[in-house]
Amino acid sequence: MGENMTRSIIRTALGAAAVATALGGIAAPAFAQRDPAYAAARAAGQVGEKMDGYLGIVGAETAELRRVVNDINIKRRAVYAERAQANNATLEEYALTAGCQAILATTPGEKYQAPDGTWQTRTSAAPLRDSRCP
Amino acid sequence: MIRAYLTDPSPLATSEFMQITGATMGRRLLAIAAVPLALGGCITVEAPTEPIVIELNVNIRQEVIYRLAEDAGDTIENNADIF
Repeated sequence: MGENMTRSIIRTALGAAAVATALGGIAAPAFAQRDPAYAAARAAGQVGEKMDGYLGIVGAETAELRRVVNDINIKRRAVYAERAQANNATLEEYALTAGCQAILATTPGEKYQAPDGTWQTRTSAAPLRDSRCP
Repeated sequence: MIRAYLTDPSPLATSEFMQITGATMGRRLLAIAAVPLALGGCITVEAPTEPIVIELNVNIRQEVIYRLAEDAGDTIENNADIF
């Protein structure tokens, strides 16, 4: 009986591990973390969300900031292009829509671009967005 | 010596008739002079003080953005590392 119970426990544990692995495999992209350099630049207000759906450099440009921003923007462009095609929209339409959402998703202290082109610091209030944003 | 006049010099407005006629003409001249001033007010053209900016995104319509909004929100969530 003790042996059976041990087997049962082992089987349950293995099963749970398998389920966790499967779930982790599926959920991994959703929980992917920002690159530390990007996260730091974002938190420091050195980069901000632009209206057009891409990342911009807020203050003085450095080679390192340019590298980080270009890297993110190239990846974003690839995602926008794929999703735009899937939705029968243009790259610019999809990117602008994503910009609306990305600005809305900024947290207080982060930078974003207002419709007049100026950089704003997000507060707890709603961000200033393009009048066409949903 | 004889002075030659191209036109006859007008006599002095000695009579009442002449004085009244002269005054009427003066008013007419004033009225004619006022016309360009009035017209000038109608066709004032001011140069723009700011450069003309062509908005490239203006052809992206709001309904397109509304249609894509949900998908774009999901895209941002599914690619959290680059947003």
